[in-house]
Amino acid sequence: MAEVALPPPRHRNLLRSALLGLSWGWLLALVLVPNLLVLAASLLNRDPTHFLQLPLTLDSYRRLLDPLYLRVFLDSLALALATTLGCLLLGYPFAWALSRIDGRWRPLLVFLLILPFWTNSLVRTYAIKQLLAANGPLNGALLALGLIDAPLELLYTQGAVILGLVYLLLPFMILPLYAVFEDLRPELLLASRDLGAGRLATFVHVLIPLTLPGILAGTLLVLLPALGMFYVADILGGARVLLVGNIIKNQFLDARDWPFGAAASILLTAAMALLLFAHRLARRRLRDGEAP
Amino acid sequence: MTSPLLSLRAIGKAYAGRPVLLDLSLDVLDGEFLTLLGPSGCGKTTLLRLIAGFEHPDQGSIQLAGADLTAVPPERRPLNTVFQQYALFPHLDVFGNVAYGLRRERRPRAEIDLRVREALDLVQLGEFARRKPQQLSGGQQQRVAIARALVKRPRLLLLDEPLSALDAKLRRQMQLELKRLQRELGIAFVFVTHDQEEALSMSDRVAVLHAGVLQQLGTPREVYERPANLFTARFVGETNLFPARVLETQGERVVVDCAGQRRTLPTPGFAPHAGQAVNLLLRPEDIRVLGPDADHGLPGTVIERNYKGSTLDSLIRLDSGQEVLVSEFFDEDDPAFDYRLGETVKVSWVDGWEWMLPADG
Ligand SMILES: Nc1ncnc2c1ncn2[C@@H]1O[C@H](COP(=O)(O)OP(=O)(O)OP(=O)(O)O)[C@@H](O)[C@H]1O
Ligand SMILES: [Mg+2]
Repeated sequence: MAEVALPPPRHRNLLRSALLGLSWGWLLALVLVPNLLVLAASLLNRDPTHFLQLPLTLDSYRRLLDPLYLRVFLDSLALALATTLGCLLLGYPFAWALSRIDGRWRPLLVFLLILPFWTNSLVRTYAIKQLLAANGPLNGALLALGLIDAPLELLYTQGAVILGLVYLLLPFMILPLYAVFEDLRPELLLASRDLGAGRLATFVHVLIPLTLPGILAGTLLVLLPALGMFYVADILGGARVLLVGNIIKNQFLDARDWPFGAAASILLTAAMALLLFAHRLARRRLRDGEAP
Repeated sequence: MTSPLLSLRAIGKAYAGRPVLLDLSLDVLDGEFLTLLGPSGCGKTTLLRLIAGFEHPDQGSIQLAGADLTAVPPERRPLNTVFQQYALFPHLDVFGNVAYGLRRERRPRAEIDLRVREALDLVQLGEFARRKPQQLSGGQQQRVAIARALVKRPRLLLLDEPLSALDAKLRRQMQLELKRLQRELGIAFVFVTHDQEEALSMSDRVAVLHAGVLQQLGTPREVYERPANLFTARFVGETNLFPARVLETQGERVVVDCAGQRRTLPTPGFAPHAGQAVNLLLRPEDIRVLGPDADHGLPGTVIERNYKGSTLDSLIRLDSGQEVLVSEFFDEDDPAFDYRLGETVKVSWVDGWEWMLPADG
């Protein structure tokens, strides 16, 4: 009798409620409350001594629309989009290949993929800085090969920031893509060819739609950090490249304008919510049975 | 003689040095229902993949309607495939799945609409056009896969064990439906199965495959009654094997010794010579059970009796130790039929009903 082994129903319910309550409490205390505090801060006025003061105002949001800041946001968005595109172009074929190779090697390769996470990303960013420096190994090699006469100015450019972001964020693109590629049944691609679609048509009409949840999940995990990783811009871009993350950091730590920093931060949260929503929609379109 | 629709010549294929298909030649005629029958792993799917163009043969050539297919990619071969696990596109609804092939041809919208409706009506799924494949039963998904292939009006349809995932009753129904479709549309079918009953009941011709080698190609009747070798005999239905030795040949007849009994039989398909070891093959329904006092037959004991609805199957252990399977049509009025479990009987057959094969074949 299986029932004997289980605790009586009332106990089980109690345990379940306790566990559920705990996770809800956790979410409430560490996610919802901080976000509400940020939202509240964004709606207040700044105060030189206490940081925040009443009355409520939309002033900070209005200032976000200032052409000066708007410019920074759009530049940062363009940089983040370039990073995402770079990760997608590198990650898509990589994830596909990873899902196709001999099963024995796969765990090892996935392990190698996440191995860099064991080193702090700040340290890795400094390593890239060394690599790109005027007297760094890359310029050294190019000079030695006689390909260039004078060291290239690689550091403190947009390109350097994008390179750093792509390097740091690539695994976050590959892992969700790898997951969808692993679930992909190869017969579906054969069926498409069999029905008269060439390689390109099969890519567009079958492969992309079936891997869309992975593409969106990867975009979600790359685009938002690419807007916010201020230290990458600091280290590799010098003062020349600003991310939304730099603005938020500056407002909180340097300018001491909490309401404005909070408003910029809410902007990022809203962008994330939008992407999450798009991801859910795409997943639902592929899922069985459930009405949209 | 009409020229074949599909013609396979001396096909060879190996995976990582291990041969999967060996020197296989086969013709498929226009409009015929040809079944590839063989045990798991014998190369049936591989052969279909070669015909569809998903793989390339190491040796040999494939011609369709006189044109060489070697350099033709799958999307440009005028044939379609029904996959074993259906392979319906999960992101498209039933209509979208069936329309997929026509959309890639850039057909006008009105034509696509019309042809998809027709194809769905053909498989009786007209009302399910807006469902997703995942919302259909196995049999319905199977029919979508068939409609999706047929809507392209191929000259040849390849079906890889399309019924193996269905339960027995649905399977029987789909067998009849497929057969009806094939007759009405006049499309040639190459149908893969490892179920011999399915192969015999549906096909115009059966190709028996074993370990990558074509064992026999013939009508269901030929394959069943005149198997080319022991493998085919055993794989296509139950069979009883009686070892015998040729004593002498007498023109149209051949005299053999079978377990001490002298029998004069018609000359088989090969030329026997005196002293040659042969096997006499008898289907269970061709065996006769006689009383213990009969003047001929091999003595034995009834060790099993199974009532199978229309037939009564018995297992008889001969005194030599060999076991013989007998299947008799159930007839309560038949007086010759009342032997019981444990009774001693004699086993015989009408001369000429056996099928003789050389013992080393
Ligand atoms: N891509 C491949 N790589 C290596 N070996 C393969 C490959 N495809 C098939 N084989 C081998 O070739 C042989 C024939 O396979 P095939 O799939 O054609 O068999 P089948 O007759 O369709 O069997 P089943 O009835 O189980 O579907 C098998 O031994 C299989 O292991
Ligand atoms: Mg197979």
